[in-house]
Parts: sequence; C-alpha cells; structure tokens
Amino acid sequence: MPEAPTDIRYVAKNMRLDLRLIAEMIPHGAKVLDIGCGDGALIEHLTREKQADARGIEIDMAEVTKAVSSGLAVIHGDADNDLAFYPDGGFDYVVLSRTLQAVERPREVLRQMLRIGAHAIVSFPNFGHWELRWRLLTRGRMPDTETWNRPWYETPNIHPCTILDFIALCEMEGYRVEKWLAVDERGLKAPWRRSVRLANLFGEQALFLLRRAG
Amino acid sequence: MSQAIAPFPEVAHQHAVFPDGLPLDCGAVVVPLTVAYRTYGTLNAERSNAVLVCHALTGDQYLAEPHPVTGKPGWWESIVGPGKPLDTDRYFLVCANVLGGCMGSTGPRSEMTDAEGRGLGRPWGTDFPSVTIRDMVRAQKRLMEHLGIARWLAVIGGSMGGMQVLEWAATYPDAVLAAAPIACAAHHSAQNIAFHEVGRQAIHGDPDWMGGRYWEEGRIPARGLAVARMVAHITYLSEQALTRKFGRRLRGASALTFLEDVFEVESYLRYQGSTFVQRFDANSYLTITRAMDFFDLAAEHEGDLSAAFRGTATRFFLASFSSDWLFPTSESRAIVRALNAAGASVSFVEIASDKGHDAFLLEEPEFHAALGGFLRGAAEKAGV
Repeated sequence: MPEAPTDIRYVAKNMRLDLRLIAEMIPHGAKVLDIGCGDGALIEHLTREKQADARGIEIDMAEVTKAVSSGLAVIHGDADNDLAFYPDGGFDYVVLSRTLQAVERPREVLRQMLRIGAHAIVSFPNFGHWELRWRLLTRGRMPDTETWNRPWYETPNIHPCTILDFIALCEMEGYRVEKWLAVDERGLKAPWRRSVRLANLFGEQALFLLRRAG
Repeated sequence: MSQAIAPFPEVAHQHAVFPDGLPLDCGAVVVPLTVAYRTYGTLNAERSNAVLVCHALTGDQYLAEPHPVTGKPGWWESIVGPGKPLDTDRYFLVCANVLGGCMGSTGPRSEMTDAEGRGLGRPWGTDFPSVTIRDMVRAQKRLMEHLGIARWLAVIGGSMGGMQVLEWAATYPDAVLAAAPIACAAHHSAQNIAFHEVGRQAIHGDPDWMGGRYWEEGRIPARGLAVARMVAHITYLSEQALTRKFGRRLRGASALTFLEDVFEVESYLRYQGSTFVQRFDANSYLTITRAMDFFDLAAEHEGDLSAAFRGTATRFFLASFSSDWLFPTSESRAIVRALNAAGASVSFVEIASDKGHDAFLLEEPEFHAALGGFLRGAAEKAGV
C-alpha cells in the first residue's frame, strides 16, 4: 500500500482533500465500494453526510480493525484477490484511491471495478510529472520525490503510469471518461483542466471518473 | 477415574416449556420442548435491544454469572457487563442451552417422552433423536417468541455458536438485524469430523458407557468422556500457546527421571478432562458433536453458500484468529466471499493471536473492540 505523504492537508473530520474530491463525485444515497479504504474515512463521510451504503476493503489489518471498531462495513482483503467475488452491478460507485499503481494486475482490477460498479473512481500519482522526467533525465536515477519517495527496490508502487497512459488504457478497454482532474500533492485542484498534455506534465495526482461503455 | 462418579447434582434451571414440542430435521418430534435460558440486562419498551448469544459445543446458558454446577465465572464474562462490548446497560442478552444439551434444555439427559409427551420414567440417552444446528436454532426461535421478541438486534456466537448464527441468518433473515459468527465455518471439515470421531470412540470404548445406558447403574463413562475432552482441547489451542504455557516443563521436577515423570501439558490436559466430566453428559456430547458434523450450510442450498444469504438485509461481522487451526481464517474468508456475492453488508477481521481457537473466549482487546464497535453500529442504525 503506498504511504500517504505526511503533510497532506486535512479538512473537516480529518478527511484527506483528495477523498473530499472523490466524495463530491458521489451522489446522495449511492451504493459504494471503497477499495483500499484505510481506516474508512471516506466510507464514514459518505454514510453520515450522504446516507450512502458504503463498504470497504483494506489490506492493512490494523486499519481494518480501526474501521470495524467504528461500526463500518470493512473487510480484510485486497484488490487483486477479492473483487472477483462481488456480483455484477452490485454497486453504483467503486473507488480506488492512490492504489492502482500498487496492485498486481491494474488492468484486471479496473475491469473488475467496472463489472461490479456502474462507475469507477480512480486516483493515482502521475508518473508523467515534469519533476520525475527532469530527475530521470538529469541524474539518470529513479526519481525520488515527495510522492515517489521509496527506493525502487522496496517501493510498493510496481505499476506506475502517466495520465496519458491511463487515458490510453481507458480507450483500449472502451471505458468512458466522464470526468477527470489533475491535482497537486495536497489534493488541491490544479489549473490544467483544458489540456491533458499540460496536466500530464504538471499534475502530481490524477483523479478519474469512469463509466462502463454502453 | 474408572470408578463410578455420582450422577450430576440436580440443578433447577430457568426454562420455558413448549407443550406442542419441536419437529426435527430427522423427522422425529420431541414433545414437549424445554429450553433453558438466562437473560442479562433489560428488554426496552420497543423490544428492540435483544441480543441472542449462542454458546459453543461445551458451553451453556451461564454466559455471565457463576456456573451453578462448577461455581466458575460465566464463559464470556470478560465481554458481558455494563460498559463492556456486550453492554448490559444497553442490550438485553439472551443465552439458551442448546437442544441436545445437558443444562436444562431437552436433551439425552431429559426424561424420555412418547409422541404425546408422556414421561417414560427414564432418560432419553442414546434414544434421543439426531439433532441439527438448524433444530437448535428452531428451538431458540420458540424461546424468542415466548419472550415476545420479533427481531434480534444481533445474534452472536463463536465456534458452534457461530454455526448457529449463520443458520439464524439463513433461516430467519428478517429476525436478525446483525449477525456475528465468530471463529467458525459454513461446514464442519473432514479434519474436524475426524477429531470428533476420536472423542466419540473414546466414549464408546469406556466400559462404563454401557451402550449408552450408563445411568441405569448410576455410572458415567468418565474416562472416555475425559479423553474426548482432552483431544478436543488440543484442537482449541495452538502449538505456540502450548509451548508458551507449558513448553517441555515437568511437574514437580527439573529433569527427567524416567520414572514417574509428568509433563505439565499432560497434567493440564488430565485436569481439563477430569473437571469436564463433572458437568457434561456423555450422550449430550455425542449428540452435539454429531450436530456439528452434520452442519453444511451450502448443502442446504444446493451447494451454493451465497444462495443461503441472497437478498439479506442482515449486517454481518466475522472474526477469525490467526492461530486457529480448527476453524482457520480461510473458512471465515469463504463465508465473507459468499456474503459479498450475495450483496450483504460485511465486516471482517482476522485477529493476530497465538491462542488458537480458544482466542474468541479469551482476552483479545482488538477483537473485543471490533465486536463492540460492530454492535454499536448496528444499535445506532436500529435507533437503540
């Protein structure tokens, strides 16, 4: 599981700003599955503020115990192995926040998400960011930044991609991109709304709302 | 231990009698049906705070008070009480002795009756019909109606108690708001059946068993029942727990003498066996272990476990313990996946513990926090 940078700004109820952006995409009363839900901050928010039926999967047992102790419907499991057991169309929204780059089979996980849910909300750190490109170009070593802060031999982020890569995968798989935005490390919206190429250069995190085609 | 031990002390248990009896899965009808039970806390005016706790194979209804036969504390006293996870200030807890048990509910030690419910002046013994986990649950359902409860806020239980919880949720989904099957499985595995069979053979092989009619001579098959308990007890622990508690230490000696050496673990097991026979009936043990062996929830639904829970509105909480090899985590995970397939709301934790299957009865703060939190969440949802 990627470690969240420590200096992310928190808003009301200690929810990460990027989770807040995700929450804004989810309508009242929706049925939501949050994969990699951590201690369940998003689930709790959606349950309380939007009367959603929100459930979660988390790989870190300490986080699961915390979430369950707060009365949340969270199970111990992971994206690669547990999604296959959910029924088709069981959820309105399936969320995967800052985890896609760390799963074993990202393409399969996305397929499962859009099989289980009518919508998928995916956020991931953008490997196309200029700082990464610059470091690799000038130093010839794997980038070491605020977001990509673990050495190559121990990073859990085994499948990094750029915003353009992700869009290409969505095209290949026939997913409709309903919304996308690039945000900076603190979850603030970055002003690259009009150009994917600029977003791919300057956006540190990407957030996509996808829909099953047809 | 081969000599006769006086029959059990007669203890009056709080109970309800259902004169019309209970039809069983095997086709027999026991008439009348008696269900012995205990309650803790107060039923609220809306009758919405009732929680059923289902006991395990050798447990009973004395959940949170000194046992009338052994004088020992209640088996789940650590988590039942004011302010505890099973908060008696908030919930009305009900715990019933299972059908086939020996603490006051109808079982092999009860007086045998004919089809009209007339007493025949002798215990049922081995003539007591085969019962299933579902029969046990049906008996509890009768008690529920007797107590005027339309819906349980939660049904909770570990091990065989967990099997009952699953059966409750599958058979009476509308009567169960929240279900917490702990350290259990949707069926008894071949390995589990095998261990039970060793125990049953030990009882059958005891000369004092006398073909199950030991009561006629005022005897009990104490040696066989104790061996059954010893074998079962090993399956409730883990290799790490046994090493931690006993290691290779000797009782009363620091080195092997090759004469009368007794390892501490041997002495412990003998003690467990000898105390067990003072409170448990051998024919009950045979009946209940068989009920567990018969249990296969998927088989009751054409082999599809998720079909047992399709469309359920019940909220589930499952917990397993990492060192439990009797009901390993994989069994709980299989239930979780079936529940997910059925679209049910599920919480699931595997608690890291070296205490084996018994961990669900012991001091495990993370488990207690998770169970308590789940129950509070369900209570909040129900407006309790």
